[in-house]
Amino acid sequence: MTVLRQFARNRGALIGLAILLAVVAVAMVGPWWFPQSPWRMAGRPFLAPGANERFLLGTDALGRDVAAGLVHGARVSLGIGLVSTAAALLIGVPLGALAGYAGGIVDDLAMRFTELFQTIPSFALAIVLVAILQPSIGSIVLAIALVSWPPVTRLVRGEVLSLRSRDYVLAARTLGQSTTRIVFGVVLPNTVAPIIVMASLMVASAILLESALSFLGLGDPNLMTWGYMIGAGRTRLIDAWWISFFPGLAIFLTVLALNLVGEGLSDALNPRLARER
Amino acid sequence: MAVLEVDGLTLALPTSGDRASAIQNLSLTVERGETLCVVGESGSGKSMTALAVMGLLPRTVQATAGTIRLDGRDLLKLSEREMRDVRGREVSMIFQEPMTSLNPVMRVSDQIVEAFEAHGALDARRRRDRTRELIAEVGLPDPEAIARAYPHELSGGQRQRVMIAMALAMEPKLIIADEPTTALDVTTQAQILRLLDGLRKKHGTAVLFITHDFGVVSEIADRVAVLQHGICVETGRAEDVLRRPQHDYTKRLLAAVPSLIPPPPKDLRGAARAFDVSGLSKTYKGRGLFRRGREVKAADDVSFAIQRGETLGLVGESGSGKSTVGRCVMRLIEPDSGSIKVGDVSIGGLSQRQLRPLRRRIQMVFQDPFASLNPRRTVGRIIAEGPIAQGVPKAEAMAKARTLLDLVGLRAEVASRFPHEFSGGQRQRIGIARALALDPEVLVADEPVSALDVSVQAQILALMQDLQKRLGLAILFVTHDLRVAAQMCDRIAVMQKGRIVELQPTAALFRDPQHAYTRALLASVPGGANVGARLDLAGPL
Repeated sequence: MTVLRQFARNRGALIGLAILLAVVAVAMVGPWWFPQSPWRMAGRPFLAPGANERFLLGTDALGRDVAAGLVHGARVSLGIGLVSTAAALLIGVPLGALAGYAGGIVDDLAMRFTELFQTIPSFALAIVLVAILQPSIGSIVLAIALVSWPPVTRLVRGEVLSLRSRDYVLAARTLGQSTTRIVFGVVLPNTVAPIIVMASLMVASAILLESALSFLGLGDPNLMTWGYMIGAGRTRLIDAWWISFFPGLAIFLTVLALNLVGEGLSDALNPRLARER
Repeated sequence: MAVLEVDGLTLALPTSGDRASAIQNLSLTVERGETLCVVGESGSGKSMTALAVMGLLPRTVQATAGTIRLDGRDLLKLSEREMRDVRGREVSMIFQEPMTSLNPVMRVSDQIVEAFEAHGALDARRRRDRTRELIAEVGLPDPEAIARAYPHELSGGQRQRVMIAMALAMEPKLIIADEPTTALDVTTQAQILRLLDGLRKKHGTAVLFITHDFGVVSEIADRVAVLQHGICVETGRAEDVLRRPQHDYTKRLLAAVPSLIPPPPKDLRGAARAFDVSGLSKTYKGRGLFRRGREVKAADDVSFAIQRGETLGLVGESGSGKSTVGRCVMRLIEPDSGSIKVGDVSIGGLSQRQLRPLRRRIQMVFQDPFASLNPRRTVGRIIAEGPIAQGVPKAEAMAKARTLLDLVGLRAEVASRFPHEFSGGQRQRIGIARALALDPEVLVADEPVSALDVSVQAQILALMQDLQKRLGLAILFVTHDLRVAAQMCDRIAVMQKGRIVELQPTAALFRDPQHAYTRALLASVPGGANVGARLDLAGPL
């Protein structure tokens, strides 16, 4: 409970949480709010925000409703952010735990393998992967997960390495517990705090990565995304600013919110570090 | 006139804490050339006293009443700028941890020179010369080489000597030493105490010495102040306080210091052999892909046996290999060679998987009660974990955990609480209950009381004695503390550099030590036979 109280005391984190909940709410009610496809031509092209009360945020070059695109894009962005982070954790946590707990040659091999991924520029790798596999929601999630697991592995390995020699882990060994039980029942639960913090920041960077891919035209062609909307509107940035501006603002606010929440969690879960600041 | 006069000092703690003040109405004086020992257990406020004099209190702690006069000048009224000039020039401080109190990236000589620079004293050349003199004065060999060395090239004792040289640099009127020998081995501790005492006499410096150890008090104190929960309960000349303590708390503390005179031996005739270790060796090799590290022999042909109901002490300084032996016999570290037998079952050559069901026969109690309990499990679950891992149904294991809590002197209801809700002594009881949950024949106790306050230490030792009597445990008791060993152990093995250099019944070892190293150890115990009481270990818990 002290964690919650600590979190609630952090104003930035609360603002972040409020924005994040608003984005989640929009994503949830989106299909009911805008039941029509966001790709549908709904009105005249290049309607400025407020020019027609049906299109609060205006329309784009093909007469599509920007507001509808934003709402449907929220589902895609959050969804990809969450799923790809989960996938990255699924690779990173077990590998890190294995490397940290086993040590020795296993650790060496796992870490060299991780470094291999870290030496390749992650965005370039993501582009190549999506281009080879054909742009689709599955290939995008895979690409983002594949470029974002190495930091998780390093974090978990470091935590496990320091926990492995703690007395309570040794005690579990002296009691005759099996290695799997020790790793999953004793060691990993004690690394949850930093993993949660890192995961919340990873969702933010996954959203950025997905937007960047969509901007370059490597998004799923069947899904309306914020990155695609910015990309589509960029040639008319001067005379029809709203087409790119609103999805840009949405990305900015969501990523900011996730960072604020992540930092708030980090302070709440590590009260000692927070106080030193 | 007194060098330091503390009068009616009260230090207020932030309101959220469990008590209102760190120090309440404290009055002390230290005369020129005198050593005042401030003694107390953890949380007594003794370190706060030192920090208050240095003007280094944490921001949340405020002096709300009283004065701290150094040579008549009230330090509490000084600005931060004036205080900075006082620090180092008039008062200097020696910290507990020599490993962290020196800057690791600066040469020793540069760090001492800094003390002069901070006060603009002497010119560059004189500073250098004076630094060499100081290094020689604190008894470091080859001052030229030491001056060029980095802290990591020195031993703990040498670093503490460098700290003392820095403290002496400006010839302060008062030196504050906050547990300066607590992190050191006994033989080094004895040397540092002798050095501090000699320097005090030579320079006429007043010394405010913070310690928890009555042995150290009896070695160097002229006068003593005993603190309890921030209140000074007794002050007086060292002999008076040690021989004729007036206050109840002082009496209790002194009665909890274990004596070096062992109790009469137990009758162990006919007891079966419970634990047998022979030829145990372990060499640590540095590991790297491209280079070979240096080798350290942590255990070298170690052999001993323990009977049922017997306690064997494994005594030595840091790096002697005693903890390695403790961990090797638990198979937490893999020994290179040697046999380990519990009863008639050999556990030395088994794989970890084969060993798992046999682990119940040999259990361990760890040193640090704050690190040895999983913070995310309830106490009941922590104790029940072992039986569950060995196949006992969960409900049965939890019921047993509650009986065990009762056995180690805690209430059974606490089973649903988490470790952080308990004090150090209570946690150590939980650790013991966990070890007993599997009904072991052998208990390996690795420094089980060295992280505890002296009064709590006595309780835990009594508990262990009592449990041994009831359950017939064979105990391997690893410790650096000869006082504790004298009271707890039936026989003692002295370790040095990985080898057992002497193994004798306790009484014989203390009466007539054979090996030179044993004699050096015994001679270094602070306070010697002057302090310490026969612990009433058979008494009620």
